[in-house]
Amino acid sequence: MPLQVLLIEDSPGDVRLTREAFHEVNPLIHLHMANDGVEAMAFLTNEGEYANAPRPDLILLDLNLPKMDGREVLAHIKEHASLRTIPTVILTSSEAEADVIKSYQLQANCYLSKPMHFEAFHKLVKSIDDFWFTRVKLPQAGKPVITGHELKL
Amino acid sequence: MAIQVLLVEDSPGDVRLTQEAFRDANRSIHLHVAGDGVEAMAFLRREGAYRDAPRPDLILLDLNLPKMDGRQVLAHIKEDGNLKTIPTVILTTSDAEVDIVKSYQLQANCYLTKPVQLDAFESLVKSINDFWLTKVKLPQQESSG
Repeated sequence: MPLQVLLIEDSPGDVRLTREAFHEVNPLIHLHMANDGVEAMAFLTNEGEYANAPRPDLILLDLNLPKMDGREVLAHIKEHASLRTIPTVILTSSEAEADVIKSYQLQANCYLSKPMHFEAFHKLVKSIDDFWFTRVKLPQAGKPVITGHELKL
Repeated sequence: MAIQVLLVEDSPGDVRLTQEAFRDANRSIHLHVAGDGVEAMAFLRREGAYRDAPRPDLILLDLNLPKMDGRQVLAHIKEDGNLKTIPTVILTTSDAEVDIVKSYQLQANCYLTKPVQLDAFESLVKSINDFWLTKVKLPQQESSG
């Protein structure tokens, strides 16, 4: 079964590099794109043209995005009863400690900074694939096994 | 600088295997052990005997624990404005979907199942080290929020 990954990234260059790296590392990955935060939320909540969008197994989220900022997208995902279980990996060029802390406060699953060089970037994509798709147990996509009232502690 | 990892695990055998595997994977890791959930929370909140305990860079948390269950420990960590930024990795023998979903709902950073075979377990520890302690950017300071 293909793995659905949603990449939320506004730089066309980075989108292309990420696409190429994932394609090389794991051809089973179906990489979907959202170029800004509003589009990302539409994709995730199946609005408008995204009515048939699949639920991603993993989200890769840049922080600095037009229209709706990555921090806001992260907050929306992690406040949403159904979306919050999707592992959300911050993938950004920022190494600012304030961004790192803020992301973990908003319950990002992990924070990765994008290396400048293609080779290092490629290695990072390989390690994302190795860790999240071969080691980690992901929640089964689209299977609401927990009902609403059980969400509370 | 030493990397502080808190392992919350009640099985002495698993504690020993994890200690050995981390020692092989990365010598700069200082692995602390809490044998139950109450002890884990005391360590994290620096209570009693743990007054001088370091803040962990990473927590490895078993789900089935005496005194206070791992799910409860996870909920406490992720509801605490200061502790919530510490990445918390579930490391358990359970591969029940209900445990996986519940852990992600409680904002576990990721969920890993312990393999039974020793070499597979060693390889998993190596990959935790490679990903979390060399690739991931961990928060460097205590969170005030």
